[in-house]
Amino acid sequence: MSDLFIELQGITKRFPGVVANDRVDLTVHRGEIHAIVGENGAGKSTLMRVLYGLYQPDEGTIAVKGHAVTIESPRRALELGIGMVHQHFMLIPVFTVAENVILGSEPVWGFGRLRMREAQQRVAELCRQYGFVLDPTAEVGSLSVGEQQRVEIIKVLYRGAELLILDEPTAVLVPQEVDELFNNLRQLVAQGKTVIFISHKLDEVLAISDQITVLRRGRVVGTVPAAGTTKAQLAEMMVGRPVLVELAHPPVEPGPVRLDVRQVRVPGRGTRPAVRDVSFAVGAGEIYGIAGVEGNGQTELVEALVGLRRITGGQLLIDGRDVTHATARAIRLMGVAHIPEDRHRRGIALPMAVWENMILGHHTREEFTHGALLNRPGIRGFVRRRVGDYDIRVADVEAPVLALSGGNQQKVVVAREFSFAPQVLVAAQPTRGLDIGATEFVMRQLLAARSSGMAVLLVSANLEEILSLSDRVGVMYGGALVAEFARGEVSAAELGLYMTGAGRTGEARAG
Amino acid sequence: MEYMTSLFSVALLASAIRVTMPILLASLGAVHAERGGVVNIGLEGIMIMGTFFGAVGAYAFDTRFPSLAQTWPNLAPLAGVLAAVAAGLLFGLIHALVTITFRVDQIISGVALNLLAGGLARFLNILLFEKATQSPGVRGFTPIDIPLLRDLPALRPLVTGVSPMIITGVVLVAVSQWVLRRTRFGLRLRAVGEYPLAADTLGVNVYHLRYAGVLLSGALAGMAGAYLAIEQARLYFEGMTQGRGFIALAAMIFGNWWPVGALGASALFGYFDALSLRVVRLPVPYQFINVLPHIVTILVLAGFVRRARMPAADGVPYTKEEE
Repeated sequence: MSDLFIELQGITKRFPGVVANDRVDLTVHRGEIHAIVGENGAGKSTLMRVLYGLYQPDEGTIAVKGHAVTIESPRRALELGIGMVHQHFMLIPVFTVAENVILGSEPVWGFGRLRMREAQQRVAELCRQYGFVLDPTAEVGSLSVGEQQRVEIIKVLYRGAELLILDEPTAVLVPQEVDELFNNLRQLVAQGKTVIFISHKLDEVLAISDQITVLRRGRVVGTVPAAGTTKAQLAEMMVGRPVLVELAHPPVEPGPVRLDVRQVRVPGRGTRPAVRDVSFAVGAGEIYGIAGVEGNGQTELVEALVGLRRITGGQLLIDGRDVTHATARAIRLMGVAHIPEDRHRRGIALPMAVWENMILGHHTREEFTHGALLNRPGIRGFVRRRVGDYDIRVADVEAPVLALSGGNQQKVVVAREFSFAPQVLVAAQPTRGLDIGATEFVMRQLLAARSSGMAVLLVSANLEEILSLSDRVGVMYGGALVAEFARGEVSAAELGLYMTGAGRTGEARAG
Repeated sequence: MEYMTSLFSVALLASAIRVTMPILLASLGAVHAERGGVVNIGLEGIMIMGTFFGAVGAYAFDTRFPSLAQTWPNLAPLAGVLAAVAAGLLFGLIHALVTITFRVDQIISGVALNLLAGGLARFLNILLFEKATQSPGVRGFTPIDIPLLRDLPALRPLVTGVSPMIITGVVLVAVSQWVLRRTRFGLRLRAVGEYPLAADTLGVNVYHLRYAGVLLSGALAGMAGAYLAIEQARLYFEGMTQGRGFIALAAMIFGNWWPVGALGASALFGYFDALSLRVVRLPVPYQFINVLPHIVTILVLAGFVRRARMPAADGVPYTKEEE
């Protein structure tokens, strides 16, 4: 363990207006799994980009295996044995596993003819060596997310990396896949590889790492061994103040049914329906969580519920009124708020000002208009109050919303949707891409909505979030609701099984 | 009944192959550009340049080097083809520069090329030949009989008197298919058209490959034009491409962005084209037959395109992430 692999000293990287890394020291030993944790914007990614040669540090030195080096490009990083597994997969879906792996360093005969057989054997060999299960001839687009991630890892190993940087590798995985990834990582380390693991999921970090370095606002708060460190300690190091890891979930007596979904069917692409006869009901003061691997119909279901997608079968009732074929506007006017999963496409208009985004869709309300014109003073007062209430960090509400951080953009969406007394809230992936502070904020708002008697539908790929907030949980798989549980009835691991279609469907109380 | 049998006569097939060629060559070009992620709607314009410079090249060689052209009759048409390919490359280079380096919208650049080509051909024609719309006549390649097959009487119209450019075209289909599927260049070109960022992170030069794809499309579309002028009409006249550059794009889509598919699709269009040329006496007005190739194009695009899978990054300019 004393064998030094990477030594960063006094790394400083400045961008216009910010110091992304401020005199960062980091020491990584050969054969260890070293986690780097921190909130969004803490400088984790910048630091890794410096190490991978994508950025040049303004100050500081890098030593690899005891020699001072300059890493001017990813190519140089790879020569030094440093490889990066990107958070967003850099894979070509229509290529095979082997084609994806060799792209850019292909073995060839004369005339550039690919030695495909050899490439496939090489990939199979690497898989055997590290205990990965992958078919080199399979098309990548047909693989599960976990398998695609393995292809990414093999890609880096094929190029001879000894140190693997994994950027938020578990963000896209279900619990079973996380377990498998961790097994793979342990296997890699056992055979002499070194792993840098970037994450803000503290449970996982504690489970897999040997050493943990915590960053906050570009600085190293400290490096601690995983053994003997608690989640609360880490969270406090990250945020700089004590954080409630568990949110209070006071009992609320559910009221009358507000959102009633009956045998709803939504067409998908091609002939298969995207949503197949889904039924559930959400009462006032209740959070109904829908768990599922992305692409199992959740997106289509949510869009159908808020009137953005056509419903071809079944019935949708809001407060007892049939709105199956109502327009999005009509549904909105009935008091349905929507936090969309892709805030950039559906939630906000990026180039428009903060104040414009705050009233979007409600801009025709009486308090915002003077006849045909907008009532600027009225709007300004409303926006100023909301910015204060939701602690949105913005210098000027005239600034385009794209100037805000992801967390503050989401606060704009939440602030708008929670205004005007909604009765039903449809929240899709509301904490995606947010750091601990912002996540906690959004989760508190959801619980507050529940306490105030809203019916909340929460769709999320984050099981922790689903389990800690929901009164009931449904699991979507292949467009159908395959199981439903009451609060406390099910563990994350069990949910994971249902999410991959492996659950005990016989016992499930499907809707 | 008589015209029913003539629908499938060998002579008609031979004619179909001849009119297939320009569509095929241009659509091969389109395949290369779009596999790399650049839509080249300027193919029509490049073909116009090909027809004009094909004729000019062949004519100039004939008048400048009469003795050489006499001794080796294939040299003049070859000079025409080379001139057409050079003009195609130049237009391809313009398109590449504008869309890849400067990231201008690919459709706009293509439309500009089409407009430019029409005007430029007329202007240069007046300059060189003192006429607006037509060049002097030129000589074509010496036709070839295909050995062995020519002895089969049933096939005679198909395999005798074949243009060497037809044989070249068929060979180019096979070579393109092989290159795209089996070589490093093909793998990288396709990668760049599917997910340029992924290719870039692996050290593949996205810009170089896209340039290569677009230049190939220019060269092939130029060759397509040369075929029209040198082998079919034996002169250049204005409007002789008749929208074949656009039909070639349809053929590329129908052929699912593969050379072999483009061959099949071009042949289908070529067949109806040939039909419209040959069928003159029918119970319906001949104009109905004349519009057949275009109707087939529309039907194919409307009906089959849903099944086609275009390269994922086709038409999307690539910007390297800057620090």
